[in-house]
This record gives sequence, structure tokens and C-alpha cells, in this order.
Amino acid sequence: MLRVENISKTFNPGTITEKIALSDVSLRLNPGDFVTVIGGNGAGKSTLMNSIAGAFLVDTGKIIIDNNDITKWPEHKRAKFIGRVFQDPMMGTAAGMMIEENLAIASRRGKTPSFRWSAPKSEREKFRELLKSLNLGLENRLENKVGLLSGGQRQALTLLMATMADPKLLLLDEHTAALDPKTAEKVLAITENIISDRSLTTLMITHNMRDALRFGNRLIMMYNGKIIIDVSGKDKKDLEVQDLLEMFEKASGSEMDSDRMLLG
Amino acid sequence: MDLIIPTISQGLLWSVMSIGVYLTFRVLDIADLTVEGSFPLGGAVAAALLTIGYNPISAILAACAAGMLSGVVTGFLHTKLKIPALLAGILSMIALYSVNLRIMGKANLSLLQIDTVFTIFPASFDNQTMVLLVGLVIVLIVGIINYWFFGTEIGAAIRATGFNQHMIRANGVNTNITIILGLLMSNGLVAVSGALVAQSNGFADVGMGVGTIVIGLASVIIGEVLFGTKSFRNCLISVVLGSIVYRVVIAIVLQLGMPPNDLKLFTAVLVTLALSLPLFKAKFNSKKRRVAG
Ligand SMILES: Nc1ncnc2c1ncn2[C@@H]1O[C@H](COP(=O)(O)OP(=O)(O)O)[C@@H](O)[C@H]1O
Ligand SMILES: [Mg+2]
Repeated sequence: MLRVENISKTFNPGTITEKIALSDVSLRLNPGDFVTVIGGNGAGKSTLMNSIAGAFLVDTGKIIIDNNDITKWPEHKRAKFIGRVFQDPMMGTAAGMMIEENLAIASRRGKTPSFRWSAPKSEREKFRELLKSLNLGLENRLENKVGLLSGGQRQALTLLMATMADPKLLLLDEHTAALDPKTAEKVLAITENIISDRSLTTLMITHNMRDALRFGNRLIMMYNGKIIIDVSGKDKKDLEVQDLLEMFEKASGSEMDSDRMLLG
Repeated sequence: MDLIIPTISQGLLWSVMSIGVYLTFRVLDIADLTVEGSFPLGGAVAAALLTIGYNPISAILAACAAGMLSGVVTGFLHTKLKIPALLAGILSMIALYSVNLRIMGKANLSLLQIDTVFTIFPASFDNQTMVLLVGLVIVLIVGIINYWFFGTEIGAAIRATGFNQHMIRANGVNTNITIILGLLMSNGLVAVSGALVAQSNGFADVGMGVGTIVIGLASVIIGEVLFGTKSFRNCLISVVLGSIVYRVVIAIVLQLGMPPNDLKLFTAVLVTLALSLPLFKAKFNSKKRRVAG
């Protein structure tokens, strides 16, 4: 499915702000894997995700999705395989366009745009059904501009958009971090539903250890640009926050910065 | 009173340029100064072709193509060479000054005694009415083409690029291409407008582009404030009406005795006020809130 092989990324090399964000990271995902990713601030979680999504090219290593070596592909070309939801609710949608227009664009993710009409009336029923599944009342607001929606509604819509064209891989980068706890819980429930309904292969970064333990079949922890913990299956099911903290101390030789990591 | 028809006609001919400015300033969210060069480029190409005997329709189409090319150049500078959009536009604008002089062979080309798009149609109307009619027809055609184009998948991708490049790239669209396409459309329209204005004035001049961007912005903002921004179609109509209102305002202040040389200063002040309006509004509101709370 996804194969990340020995990738490294250094920002601003050769300057005083040089930062090794990823060092020799490898990761293999099986189809249907739902992996939660945790780690302290600056551990390299977003950089790993952005490397896979193609926001920049990695310095060394290879990234392969379903036998396609995408290491050198530009971001927009990788979108054919990858659905994404960002931390910032503003990032995933075009605020000045209608809900229906956003959905129309997302339904064609990865296809070259043509001279066909963008949001034909014939697709409305399909969009309405999809929106209904969110249970947020958005199905009656197809012609509303997305800018009118709340952060939580926008993240739910972005989730829908990221998954509607059947991505091979779904990337979620702290997509509930900017929401209030109640809304975050709701969006997480929607996330879980969509992923399990469709068995989507998923990487989900979270700053909340409890969520990392609660969701997914596999958990990885990053530290200093490396993956230092990788547990799955029954081992993960049995894991508790205390175990994670101990594993972290052993693997990293340092204390967890618990300011940012929510212990739940 | 007898100025009404020519004023509306001028508004229509210039509104094609304003739609071009709308496409960059509002749709793509780029302040594109190429227009200061592509407007006279349209005039220059049309005038040069008319004087050697081409028919006015082909002259306008050629002007459009030339304008599109200038937009592509700016787009290339911006997207491929990573030059900031404002600077990329300035570079094109400066380069076009020389290009326009080359095309015309001199600073000013007269079109007197030459058939223009306003004189070729056998009609019993007088010249003034003819300009109005031709202007209406062209604005209608331009409006329909834009409404259609920006409703297609490609057009929607261009609009989304202006709102959120992250989003549209995450959906598989190459934003370099959408930005270049947007600049192409915009400057094609601006050049068409230049070709029309040159023909209605009876000459093309290398200096006819000075202030184009500001006139375009004035029309866009006046239109938005007075006629709304509900949908893309609403915006297109607003820009055209805004362009006409701008001409009416100018006609009035000239009638009231403002020296024509002060026109550009007047327009700049107008646009400054309009652009800073949101700031004043916010200040005013927060003050009101403080008083109330
Ligand atoms: N575009 C960038 N330019 C320079 N430094 C960056 C960039 N992106 C991330 N970094 C640095 O790389 C390190 C890892 O960042 P990131 O992957 O965002 O961490 P996190 O695990 O919190 O998501 C941090 O030190 C960050 O400052
Ligand atoms: Mg991060």
C-alpha cells in the first residue's frame, strides 16, 4: 500500500536555522491500516505527512504508493491517490465558493479539469445524500458559501471532500486540534465512521494520547525526526497512557513534554 | 444631457477591461499590473492591423491574442520563475512599453479615415448610437463567455485557486496552470478593451494605458458596493455597471469644472477611499461596541 523507505528531510540546510526534521524514516502501511501518530511538538509528524503528500521533495529515500514511485511527483499529481485534512479548518475548502462547488471539485480529485460544467444539477442528489451522512444539516445548504460554516462543519465537509473520490491513502494532520472539545469529538466520530465504513488506509496525527489509543489498529510515536515506537493489533489494544509514557522514556531517554501532549 | 449616451458607451468599452481586472484582483487575488501594458498593447495591435487594411473584427481578435500572450508571460514569470506577482506584472508592463512602440512604429497611430468596428456595419444609426450598440453586443458576448468559462471545471479550478491554493492542489490541480490561465483570460480582455477604446477615440497611443489598473479597480469596487457580489454572475454584472457609473461620475466632476489633468489624482483618491473602507468600518464598529459595552 504505502511504502516510505529511508526518507530524510533537512530544512534550510547549511544555514544557522538548519533543522533535520526527518532522519531516515521508514514506514509500511498495509491496506486498511488506520495508524494514529503522536509525538511532541516539532517531532516531525507534519513533515512526514507533508513529505508523503508532496508539499516538498525529500532529500533522500523513496515514497511508493501501490507500486507507483511518487518520490519525485509534484503535490497536485499525488492528490490522485491521497485525500487530506489539515489542522487549519480554513485550509481544506474554498471559502468563497458554494458547498456544492467545493464538493464538485473534490469529486473529481486527481482528474484533469475539463470544459464540462463544474457543478451540474444532476449531481445534487448524490451530494445531498453524502452531506446527510454527516448529520449536520448541511444537506439543505448546498448553495451556501463554505465561509458561512463553523470550523467543525468545515472540517466535517473537508473530510467528506477528502474521501469522496476514494483515496488510496487518507492523511489527517491534527484535524480536530483547532476545534472545541465537543465539536472535536463529533468530528472524530464522523472520521471513525467514514474510515471504518470504507476501510480507508489512514494516517492520523493527533496531539491527544487518549485519542491515539482509542482509534486505529496501529500507533506510531515520533521523536526527533524518527519513529521510535510502532505498535499494532492486540499490543496496541492493551496499551494505556502510562505504558506509552514508559515506552517513550525508554526509547528516547528523556521525559515526555506533557505540556503539549494531552494525556487525556 | 447629450453626454449620456457617449458616457454609457465609454463605460461599456472600458468595462471589458474592468472585467479583466476583476479576474485578477478578485478571482485570482493578484494585483496584476500587466494591464497597464496590455491595454495599450490591444490598442497598438488593433491600430497597426487596421492601418494596413485588416478588418476590425480580426484586429480585435488579434489584440485579444496579443493580450493573452502578455498574460502568459507574466504568469510564467510569477509561477515558474517565482517572481512575486506584483513585480512580474511591473516587468511585463515595462517590457510592453517598448513592444507597443515597436508594433506602432511611433508613439501615436491615427485611425482617422479608417474603417473601425463602429463604422463597418451598414446601419442607419448615427455614430454615437453605433458605439453604444457595438459596446452592448461585445459586453454581452464577453459576459456570456466568462460566465460559461468560469462555470466549467477549469474555471472553477481557477476560482478555487484564488480562494485557497492549498485546497485546490490537494484536489489535484496544478496551480501554476490555473494562475497562468487566469492571467491569460484577464489580459486578453484588457487588450480587447484597449482595441475598442482606440477605435472609438480614433487613435492608439503608447501612453493610453497609464492608470488602467486604477480605473479597473475603481469600477470593480464601485460595482461591488452598489450592485452586490452574491454570485459570479452578479459580480460580472456589477463590474460592468460599476464601470458605467465610474464614467458617469467622471463626466459629472468634469462638468462641475474639475481640470481633466486632475482626473487620475481624483480616481486614485477614490480607489484609496474605497479600499480603506473596510478598515474604517471595522474601526467605527469597534468604537461603537466599546461605547455600547
Ligand atoms: N517549512 C519548514 N521550514 C523550516 N523548518 C520547518 C518547516 N516545516 C517544519 N520545520 C521544522 O521541522 C521540525 C519538525 O516540524 P513538524 O514536522 O511540523 O513537527 P510536528 O511533529 O509538530 O508536526 C520543527 O523543528 C519545525 O520547526
Ligand atoms: Mg504538526
